Amino acid sequence: MALAALPLIIFTVIWGVVGIFLPFVVPKGPNRGIIQCILMLTAACCWLFWLCCYLAQMNPLIGPALNKNSILIIAKEWGNNIEDN
Amino acid sequence: MGSLFRSEEMTLCQLFLQSEAAYACVSELGELGLVQFRDLNPDVNAFQRKFVNEVRRCDEMERKLRYLEKEIKKDGIPMLDTGESPEAPQPREMIDLEATFEKLENELREVNQNAEALKRNFLELTELKHILRKTQVFFDEAAPTLTLTRSRYQQMADSQKDEEQVQLLGEEGIRATQQGQNLKLGFVAGVILRERLPAFERMLWRACRGNVFLRQAMIESPLEDPSNGDQVFKSVFIIFFQGDQLKTRVKKICEGFRATLYPCPEAPADRREMAMGVMTRIEDLNTVLGQTQDHRHRVLVAAAKNLKNWFVKVRKIKAIYHTLNLFNLDVTQKCLIAECWVPVLDTETIQLALRRGTERSGSSVPPILNRMQTFENPPTYNRTNKFTKAFQALIDAYGVANYREMNPSPYTIITFPFLFAVMFGDLGHGSIMMLFGLWMILKEKPLAAKKSDNEIWNIFFGGRYIIFLMGAFSMYTGLIYNDIFSKSLNIFGSQWRIVYNTSTVMDNKVLQLDPGSDAYLQYPYPFGMDPIWQVASANKIIFQNAYKMKISIIFGVVHMIFGVSLSLLNHRYFRNRVSILFEFIPQMIFLIFLFFYMVLLMFIKWFKYSASNVAPNSSACAPSILITFINMVLFKAPNEPTKNCEAYMYAGEGFFEKLLVIIAVLCIPWMLLGKPIHIMRERKHQNLKPIEPVENGDAEVGLNAQEHGGEAAAAHGHDNEELSEVFIHQAIHTIEYVLGSVSHTASYLRLWALSLAHAQLAEVLWNMVLAIPLKKSGFSPAILLYLVFGAWAALTIGILVLMEGLSAFLHTLRLHWVEFQSKFYVGAGYAFQPFSFEAILEAGGQAATEE
Repeated sequence: MALAALPLIIFTVIWGVVGIFLPFVVPKGPNRGIIQCILMLTAACCWLFWLCCYLAQMNPLIGPALNKNSILIIAKEWGNNIEDN
Repeated sequence: MGSLFRSEEMTLCQLFLQSEAAYACVSELGELGLVQFRDLNPDVNAFQRKFVNEVRRCDEMERKLRYLEKEIKKDGIPMLDTGESPEAPQPREMIDLEATFEKLENELREVNQNAEALKRNFLELTELKHILRKTQVFFDEAAPTLTLTRSRYQQMADSQKDEEQVQLLGEEGIRATQQGQNLKLGFVAGVILRERLPAFERMLWRACRGNVFLRQAMIESPLEDPSNGDQVFKSVFIIFFQGDQLKTRVKKICEGFRATLYPCPEAPADRREMAMGVMTRIEDLNTVLGQTQDHRHRVLVAAAKNLKNWFVKVRKIKAIYHTLNLFNLDVTQKCLIAECWVPVLDTETIQLALRRGTERSGSSVPPILNRMQTFENPPTYNRTNKFTKAFQALIDAYGVANYREMNPSPYTIITFPFLFAVMFGDLGHGSIMMLFGLWMILKEKPLAAKKSDNEIWNIFFGGRYIIFLMGAFSMYTGLIYNDIFSKSLNIFGSQWRIVYNTSTVMDNKVLQLDPGSDAYLQYPYPFGMDPIWQVASANKIIFQNAYKMKISIIFGVVHMIFGVSLSLLNHRYFRNRVSILFEFIPQMIFLIFLFFYMVLLMFIKWFKYSASNVAPNSSACAPSILITFINMVLFKAPNEPTKNCEAYMYAGEGFFEKLLVIIAVLCIPWMLLGKPIHIMRERKHQNLKPIEPVENGDAEVGLNAQEHGGEAAAAHGHDNEELSEVFIHQAIHTIEYVLGSVSHTASYLRLWALSLAHAQLAEVLWNMVLAIPLKKSGFSPAILLYLVFGAWAALTIGILVLMEGLSAFLHTLRLHWVEFQSKFYVGAGYAFQPFSFEAILEAGGQAATEE
């Protein structure tokens, strides 16, 4: 199980605030219902979209196949030294 | 509750207006724009209505104004457009307006006539001036010495390049001049259009057998044709001939070629005198002409100041009389009766407007607004603002909602841009789109004031909020896909490490990282796709396909379940218990037990199988969700598992799935037969007790019908239907739903397909265009890069943002219209079209620009 708690909590809280908390503080007016609806749907869509992407990578069944050039560039640019032995 | 969720409650009203007050009241209602009048005399044709005369007078005024507008545009005078809309004038002011327009039109026509006559005169004089000037040369040359004439003829003959004729002409010429000493030569002078000249010359030659002599000279400056104001080029000619016979012939030919002949005195002194006279007359004429033009300009400038204002006034009067034509006259002739649809919430405002109208007209009797009972379906009126308008238009393009039906547009505001963004996900392309939308929103007022005629621009501008939201969501999905112009961002640091040593890296062309080993840090990239996949050119697509197909199905199923849930709100609102029991519940069960279960399987697969796990849960044992689902529906046992693996994902899966499928299949007859059988039994029940009053009781009918007009209509609908029709209807509905669930779920795969296509196209564009100079170093690739970047940017905007955006937009539209709305939306209503000056003026303005 490779579900890191921190990102899950952070993004759930962020979208939770947008989708659950903000609808309560929308100012009264003729468009209140519409704004609440917009906020909740936005939060639901964006959260689910993030979650799916996160879960899809959580337990990868295959690894990335890289060609030689890419490996060398990654090693150089992302500070991932290749051991000599 | 927000008004957009359902259309406004409407009521049919009867309106009694005092004859004198009717005009003012309708004018107030027109300013308000909240009332839709019904035609009470549909049988009376347009020419027999009460206010035909007034409408005709308005038409006449409008014609005059259009004439004025045309003249103003011809002179290029700017028209003052303050954008304000003056109130409709009192009926008695109409006479003043008419008089003003009449005066203006007559004045203008007179001025135009005068100007034309003067111009014609001017043209004639100018032509005469040219003739006198040019012919002077001819006469000077005509000193009749033989040799001179000969050589002159020779010149002319040369230009004709016809040897035989040269001879003939020469001899004849000699003869003519010889005789000329005895006989007097006659001549005519005139002006002809330059392009007619060669034909004219040929005709003269043939008709007079070469016995005339023509000289011509071009007038260098173009002359103005007074009839249509065109600039034309003309030539002066002079024809010498001998005898009266030839004279008449020459004159005939001149007439035929529309050449204008002018008298030209023979004596040089006379000619000089005449030229002087002409010059002075031209000068005089010029002053007069200038004054005429000045006068015309003044008249037009004065008119241009008020023109728009007048247009608005006249159109308003016309609209009012058109509306009054819809009304019915009371028997006593003192009162006009109107019927209109009115939003219930606005009755107060309408009452106020009516009172204002009465006061304005000075009438003492107040108008009466009566609510009426009706079984007719009221119109659908959704109160939109500038933000929701475009989304409502998307829904209305499919079909206007039934009265008080759930309106999909509040949900569409988010789901539409979101589903678009799933297909269009790219941070770069999304931000271009978002910025374009934002620019249009920020510059809203100046852009709207321009009122462009460009249709494409108007579509973009009308959808500015949609474009903005689509762009914003595309940026979010682009971040999740980690795509920015087909490249990716490494914000949080990739979760993959290269664990191979130098020799392995150097010896192998392609190396795959093993997710079970240390290469994967065991925790996923926290936000979006790991950037390593963007460079994994060998198997990036395999990985992303698996991911994108799954999210397409997940979002599709959630979207459809959401649609079905909305149908519950509809059924509850219309108190349609039968539909909840026999439509909503089985539909929901069918969708959840089959398709939502598949979604759950996807989540289970994500959680359960991992490369780092041991045998039954290792990556080799992971089943295909699609195959599992197909086996489940076909009651097929899964294939023999490979070594150490298990056939099922969890214990009891086989039994559970069979149960789900059986229940889902049982929902089909439930949907198919439930409602018709229920109706059948109800009818039998009613037939047994025929005298029983209607469900609500007589006293309550009025109240309930008002509140739930739609429900009453729905209930009545079933009563009239044949039972066989009910069965057929339900069968179609059921088949559509069951087959639809399958095909619609598959249809959501377009989210995956378009998103894949978009990402691939962006990548191809990068690799084929921009990457070429980027991969080289030196000076010349730098220049090449400068040029290639232009091409890449143009293709990015033109193809990836515009065309791909359009295609994704259309697919999103389809997903909403077909896959989402088919679950709950009937869309068979008709739109509320209130009598509103604003709409009428807008339509009038557009019609004017089209002309």
